[in-house]
Amino acid sequence: MEQKKLTIGVTGLNNIDSPGPGVSVIRGIKESEIDARIIGLAYENLEPGIYMPGLVDKTYLIPFPSTGSEAFLERLEYIHSKEKLDIIIPNFDSELYLFIKFSDKLLEMGIHTFLPTMEQFEERHKDNLPEYAKKYGIKVPESRPIVNSKELSNLPKPLSYPYFIKGKFYEAFKVVNNNQGIYYFNKLSAKWGLPVVVQQAINGTEVNVIALGDGEGNTVSAVAMRKQYITDKGKAWGGITLNDERLLEITHHIIKETKWRGAMELEMIKTDEGEYYLIEINPRIPAWVFLAVGAGQNIPEMVCRLAMGEKVEPITTYKYGKMFIRYSWDLIGDIADFEKIVIFGEL
Amino acid sequence: MSKLNSLAISDNGFIFKPSTGESFTTNEIGLMIINLLKEGKSADEIISVITEEFDIDAISAGRDLYEYLDFLKREKMLD
Repeated sequence: MEQKKLTIGVTGLNNIDSPGPGVSVIRGIKESEIDARIIGLAYENLEPGIYMPGLVDKTYLIPFPSTGSEAFLERLEYIHSKEKLDIIIPNFDSELYLFIKFSDKLLEMGIHTFLPTMEQFEERHKDNLPEYAKKYGIKVPESRPIVNSKELSNLPKPLSYPYFIKGKFYEAFKVVNNNQGIYYFNKLSAKWGLPVVVQQAINGTEVNVIALGDGEGNTVSAVAMRKQYITDKGKAWGGITLNDERLLEITHHIIKETKWRGAMELEMIKTDEGEYYLIEINPRIPAWVFLAVGAGQNIPEMVCRLAMGEKVEPITTYKYGKMFIRYSWDLIGDIADFEKIVIFGEL
Repeated sequence: MSKLNSLAISDNGFIFKPSTGESFTTNEIGLMIINLLKEGKSADEIISVITEEFDIDAISAGRDLYEYLDFLKREKMLD
């Protein structure tokens, strides 16, 4: 890459107990040879990434996607007029729809992204997973999207307890009886909307892959990981890279068949019999991306290069047995910084 | 590569299984058994080495060896 300084906007600075991927993405970019000015794009005043020393050069608050596309675009246009953004890396499921929808408009403005197509984004939704699995020859647990809690008492066979009940975008709870199911249905539908998905629980070990497709069917990067410590929110607090050839084969197969463009996270269950069930595809970089960087595959760097139209050679090796352990750390901030974010929406 | 040879084993008896991310610890005898298995030694040869190296009779060594082999198979570390 020519040594032009790139201005890169990154969302997901909420490095909290259920962390967004932004801080890890920025760390990856900073460890690469890319000369970057990092612009944080935050939704909340207290997203830790705003205040972390040496992380972002400047942060702007942006409106929640639910505010509407007009306000969202207007704010991005304002930020672009100030910062001349070259790239934006969105890191939330809930904002991806808008970024994908307006990717051509952003490109006209000079802002590059490297995201899945709208078709790719839509077809891997949790409520569409059975059709997705059938189309691409992947095993998935029995599942069913539901829009009314009454459906829970009459789930079609072979769905049975225990099952997981999942929000449209985030969160999943294990359910062992109908009352529990109704409680979580109400909670998830109120928070994330409809449908809510019921998915059969599969006994086994959860294994994950972070991967990057070039949009032409090639897997540019793929790193497999097993969570070693899971928080009460179901998030990995520690994980370790794996040498799991079958898992990587499945990843390559999915990317080849779907011609996936951009980063993704595959969440799978490996049974004791060695079978793999796909439970979810997250269409973005996961929060544990810095483990992949540490294992030898700098996915944030590769996303930037692909976004700028560079040809990126696939990396096929990484170090096994690399671990990450999250920690919490109290930052000391100043009320003056908080004031700037609250009053001006910029810091 | 055999399952045993795919393991990362330190001299301290720490075993890392890269295919699953699991780790185990083993004692001096366990470490010796694994190294002898990797060299292709038979059960009788391993028992003989154990009785030479440690203050233990052949029957006890045999019982310990087969228990250990069961453990390795159960954890899918041995073909």
